[in-house]
Amino acid sequence: MNNGTTSPKSSDQSPDQNDVLLEIRDLKIEGFADEKWNPIIKGIDLTLRRGEVLGLIGESGAGKSTLGLAAMGFTKAGCRITGGSIVYDGIDLVSATEAEKRALWGTDLTYVAQSAAASFNPAHRLIDQTIAATVREGLQSSQAAKADARDLYGALSLPNPDTIGDRFPHQVSGGQLQRVMTAMAMSSRPKLIVFDEPTTALDVTTQVEVLLSMRKAVKEFNTAAIYITHDLAVVAQMADVIKVMQHGHEVEEADTRTMLSDPKEEYTRSLWSVRMLEKEPVHSDDIVLSIDSVDAAYGKAKVLHDVNIKLPRGKTVSIVGESGSGKSTTARVVIGLLSASTGSVSFNGERLPAHLKNRTKEQLRKIQMIYQMADTAMNPRQTVGEIIGRPLEFYHGLKGADADKRVIELLEQIDLDESFFDRLPSELSGGQKQRVCIARALAADPEIIICDEVTSALDQIVQEGILQLLLRLQKEKNISYLFITHDIATVSAISDEIVVMNHGAVVEQGSKDAVLSPPYPEYTKLLLSSVPEMDPDWLDAVTAKRSS
Amino acid sequence: MSKQNTYSPSAEVGSVRTRRTRKQRIWIELKKAPVSAWVGILIITFYAVMAIFAPLIAPYGEAEVFDVPFAQWDDTHWLGTDQIGRDVLSRLIFGARNTIGIALATTFLAFLIGGSLGLIAAINRGWLDQLISRGVDVLMAIPSLIFALMLLSIFGSSAWSLIMIIAVIDSTRVFRLTRAVAVNVAVMDYVEAATVRGEGLGWIMRKEILPNIMPPLVAEFGLRFCFVFLTIASLSFLGVGIQPPTADWGSMVRETAQLIQFAKYDIKAALTPLIPAGAIALITVGVNFLVDWFLQKSSGLRDE
Amino acid sequence: MTSKYFRDVDQKFILSRKRYKSPKCNSVHDVTIWLSKAHLVNAVISTIFKRLGLGLITLFLVSIIIFSAINMLPGDFGQAVLGQAATEETVAVFRKELGLDKPAFFRYLDWIGAVAQGDFGTSFSGRASSGIDRSRPVIDLVAPRLSNTLFLAALTAVIAVPIALFLGITAALWRNSWYDKGASVATLTTISFPEFFVAYILILLFGTLWPLFPSLADIRPDMAMADRIYASILPAATLTLVIVAHMMRMTRAAIINLLASPYIEMARLKGETPRRIILKHALPNAWAPIATVIAFNLAYLVVGVVVVEVVFVYPGVGQLMVDAVSSRDIPVVQACALFFAATYILLNLVADIIGIVTNPRLLHPK
Repeated sequence: MNNGTTSPKSSDQSPDQNDVLLEIRDLKIEGFADEKWNPIIKGIDLTLRRGEVLGLIGESGAGKSTLGLAAMGFTKAGCRITGGSIVYDGIDLVSATEAEKRALWGTDLTYVAQSAAASFNPAHRLIDQTIAATVREGLQSSQAAKADARDLYGALSLPNPDTIGDRFPHQVSGGQLQRVMTAMAMSSRPKLIVFDEPTTALDVTTQVEVLLSMRKAVKEFNTAAIYITHDLAVVAQMADVIKVMQHGHEVEEADTRTMLSDPKEEYTRSLWSVRMLEKEPVHSDDIVLSIDSVDAAYGKAKVLHDVNIKLPRGKTVSIVGESGSGKSTTARVVIGLLSASTGSVSFNGERLPAHLKNRTKEQLRKIQMIYQMADTAMNPRQTVGEIIGRPLEFYHGLKGADADKRVIELLEQIDLDESFFDRLPSELSGGQKQRVCIARALAADPEIIICDEVTSALDQIVQEGILQLLLRLQKEKNISYLFITHDIATVSAISDEIVVMNHGAVVEQGSKDAVLSPPYPEYTKLLLSSVPEMDPDWLDAVTAKRSS
Repeated sequence: MSKQNTYSPSAEVGSVRTRRTRKQRIWIELKKAPVSAWVGILIITFYAVMAIFAPLIAPYGEAEVFDVPFAQWDDTHWLGTDQIGRDVLSRLIFGARNTIGIALATTFLAFLIGGSLGLIAAINRGWLDQLISRGVDVLMAIPSLIFALMLLSIFGSSAWSLIMIIAVIDSTRVFRLTRAVAVNVAVMDYVEAATVRGEGLGWIMRKEILPNIMPPLVAEFGLRFCFVFLTIASLSFLGVGIQPPTADWGSMVRETAQLIQFAKYDIKAALTPLIPAGAIALITVGVNFLVDWFLQKSSGLRDE
Repeated sequence: MTSKYFRDVDQKFILSRKRYKSPKCNSVHDVTIWLSKAHLVNAVISTIFKRLGLGLITLFLVSIIIFSAINMLPGDFGQAVLGQAATEETVAVFRKELGLDKPAFFRYLDWIGAVAQGDFGTSFSGRASSGIDRSRPVIDLVAPRLSNTLFLAALTAVIAVPIALFLGITAALWRNSWYDKGASVATLTTISFPEFFVAYILILLFGTLWPLFPSLADIRPDMAMADRIYASILPAATLTLVIVAHMMRMTRAAIINLLASPYIEMARLKGETPRRIILKHALPNAWAPIATVIAFNLAYLVVGVVVVEVVFVYPGVGQLMVDAVSSRDIPVVQACALFFAATYILLNLVADIIGIVTNPRLLHPK
């Protein structure tokens, strides 16, 4: 094995045939949905050399997972290959029999799934699942494979590498499971690993550790890999070459540094469009909402500890934190779904009743909320007109033609038109759905809008559009936003002030510039340094900084 | 308005369905329906016609007694007469009306009780939910036919007590399903959004939750109807259900069952008890086929 | 393709956990496995005991319901049982015997205490207006029939369970094949049949046209095993047909649900053969759903027995209960109802316990 450096090779000119591990030519795949076959992959070429890591990037529906699985000769139930060839090491995987492919799967070709928790069999111990394929194919004795697995656990910096394998999947955390799955994929020393969004479900601070483990494993054994993700900053750390996909087509392919510094296609640039957005922070002392020393609990479990947050009028305060930090709970306290056990929420200097049942219609109207999942935030049986019209009727008593007229005005404000009036949510795209939710909030004519991760389920270019819209509305109507997110790029795009939360407490509040520049409190530093940057050397730099 | 040069939100791809009237949509669906669904529809239509126009179709009266008991099949009595000389065909046709009518009434009542309690429990999620749910757990620990038998022994077998008893027992099953599906909807953000807006319980139940749990409830209505129908038929067959002289298929089987023993001498006579039994089987087959198709449709497609 | 879906699910999952539980449970602390064998056994046993306790409470509440039955009797019930000719004294004596003069709470204690010792009171039938009492203790009526009913149910289960599991699992493995579609239509049809329809068809075919088996199940206590089985063939066959249809559909659904798990796809991607996927990856996780299916259907069987016993004049508890309901013999109805309810609760309990002891999450707690 060539253990040398894996310097990116950008062009197809390298004539050494032995060097090519996987070659896909004009691949076409269809999937069965709505009672017909629809194309998913529309003629893709892909070449992967030994020891090379290819990043496959694209937004939801681009077909990247399907292509990743196809690289192993695998199609999901309900999909079929309709054309092209997949040649792995001289074997055509399209025409190969199941038995031939099975001999490769789990040994030469391995797979790391997105949801490790669901992909481990709950009935077997981790180490048995780690070595199953290796032992089955007689690559190693069970004893030797187990010893090797423990070494791998150690190398992937899992805690207690000697005993963690004796646990069952539900006894181990998500980030650790993802690393165990990487060890499972490495156990047979495969020639190719397919990583399918392995860090998407993880928090940023966990993501860094898992990324490091995976890169280490791949580099150490000079394994070729296909790394699938929608996050360009993540793939920049992992891949030598990046291929951008959209709607089952290839947009472009280039080596990582070229792709980042000099993308050819407009679409590629749009993949990091949110990062280009920057808001000039403005300070203000006119406080519209004030959260004072709030403690809150679900039953006996205390989730908020002495939270103090001030929201200036017409400005945006972003609450940043990982899952479980209490940022969404804070929002629930503000809108009155959860009563604070101590402390209070004041609106325009007036103390709000703790529970929404005791608030007046006027108080309810002035604080509106937009949700993360626009899909679940709109009743699928109501039309856009009904969805936006209800708050008009409920709060302002508008009915009939007046209400319809106002709905159309609101639709125009969110850059949609009256043709959307009769549509059901299922007839809208993701971005349009979120816009309708914004219009519903606007219909109430609020002073504050709470945005709970409103962009995190959307594709980058759509995110940018939504953020632009929110900024414009703020300027026009002087609305204040309490903006909850885990994404630092979004934060710098929209906020005036930032609140960092961890374990139910506020770590830090201040203007954007103050929070995002040193000196940092311990946790803010960890959080900020864990956010992947669009720089291929970022991961190395982080490792160097942390180990020093 | 600041618009992005490469991006326009209204141009984004969203799959828009062609506007069609409800009638057109149903017809399109029906044209694609499998044979089994069509068989189901035909069976149900046939039974409905029989039930509604029974007095016009039946050759004789429901309780009209003729001279010859157990008469053979001939031109005057196509399916012979029963043990006291009533025309079997006429009773079969009137039986459709009685048996289906009582089963439908029972199912409606069961849905009214179980459905509304289920919705309330799903929205409340507090002590009331706990109380109803635990109570239902206990009631469901008694097999329904056994429970029905026990209550009938106390309240006697009138049509009304039959409807009430079976409806109450079956409402526990309806409650379970309604609560389960409604809880899934009640945790949706749009329900929370309505709560935060300040909407009352009535609005949330009627406008936000109910329209979204209709497909499983409609399917359950079909299945429940079959179950109620079979239970009532079984009870009548056992002699504790619908009482004579009301014509009813379960009792008809019981009354003519002894004829089976003469199969070697008169196969037609032996088939007499099997005809009402077959009538019961056929309608449940029909409803089941239809529900099965509906379930496949509604699990595959979110809307309509 | 599925990535967005998973992300949604994960976030929804995290959200729901956040809402109803402490967020702390997200972070798993890395402690070495400290659970000794004793801890492990304790966890399972305590769960089982909790479940047993729950079963007992349910049984207790059910007994209250069944007991209350007698309290809902209309006031003139004594007269109705004893007949119009009964004197006021005999009716009064009868009412006193029922304990209608005592508060309900004490009557329940008396009743449940007696039931615990196997005394269900005396039957209403055989009482005459004259006051002469030829009624028999309920337990003497019920006891000999208990074993008959259990025998019929057991015989059916022995035939039906293996057939249903085999058909259900094969239909799941070859789903959407002609075999699967045929089985689906056939079972859907069978489910729709009332038990007595199936029973009479079998009687017509094998009892009268080709008299292979007796159409009346004449079971006596002194019969040899082979004769008993022979006499019970048609009732058992009827129940089997009905149960197999239900059980097969449920087994099929449970297995398909299992095979859709991501870890089964992972097993395929690890190159496991279909055989090993079924045996090593699916089966260890299938016990709980399969046990639930079996228990559910055996409970269904217990109910189905009632109708079938009446058709074949099989001397079991079901037939006794139907007779008692017709004659409004409440003590006998109560005893039978309690028997059926207890069996039903027990079967569900067994299914839950199988679920507990095969669940790795409980066997190997954190």
